[in-house]
Amino acid sequence: MFHLLLFLFFGAICIAGAVNLLVQDHPINSALSLIAVMASLAVEYLLLGAEFLNAVQVIVYAGAIMVLFIITIMLLNAGTEEHTKGSRVAVLVGIPGVLIGSLLVGWTVLFHSNTRSVPIGALQGDPRGIARLLFHDFLLPFEVTSVLILIAIMGAVVLASRPEAVARGPEALVRAPRKEG
Amino acid sequence: MVPLSYYLVLSGILFVCGVLGFLIKRNIITIFMSIELMLNGVNLSFVAFAAQWHALSGQVFVFFVMVVAAAEAAVGLAIIIAVYRTRETLNVDRVNLLKL
Repeated sequence: MFHLLLFLFFGAICIAGAVNLLVQDHPINSALSLIAVMASLAVEYLLLGAEFLNAVQVIVYAGAIMVLFIITIMLLNAGTEEHTKGSRVAVLVGIPGVLIGSLLVGWTVLFHSNTRSVPIGALQGDPRGIARLLFHDFLLPFEVTSVLILIAIMGAVVLASRPEAVARGPEALVRAPRKEG
Repeated sequence: MVPLSYYLVLSGILFVCGVLGFLIKRNIITIFMSIELMLNGVNLSFVAFAAQWHALSGQVFVFFVMVVAAAEAAVGLAIIIAVYRTRETLNVDRVNLLKL
């Protein structure tokens, strides 16, 4: 009963944050509501027994990634969203399609699946088990991921720096002097 | 005891909010955040199924999704900065030419 209450409370925060992300006009408000969504999702992970993912969700998602977003929003001085006429097909076909599809999936999941209940409180995603899987069964994907991160770092540095700094070579990339005037 | 289907419905709602944001919003950063919302919705169903089948592999998958999302956010935001530097706008409808 208590678990159901916790699930409903944080699930409501999740949905409210997600809807607020859609409604808000200013990107910084959307970013803050996305942080609320991610933090309450971390609690849902804990209810499902994934204690390692709970910590990683708070540290990596609500921490690192969202800080990156907010820094970008502030760096670009992004103002209120201007409403232009977008693709009409996306609105006329996409939104009803999404709603019908989600209703079908929800109906199937709720009434036509023999899913059992999840026993809560039995923490099974402890760091030891995750680490055993990560460094034994999934060792190759783990190492490939480190290469992916390295490529992403270099790509981000090259893309975000000024083009003339890239042309001048790696030393100019590190210091990246500002243009005069 | 919370039924598994509740978690799946919550994850579906988050995913649908992400898709709607992707379709409706015109600010490129908000569109990017909608993608993160979709990733989070899928992560929740991964964790729920991992709890259902008592298998930790689902949680390891979520870990990998988070790592890829972090790499994607770094590169994507760098692209957004590069686009803003040349176009001086964040509206996706004004970014419709490959060459200036």
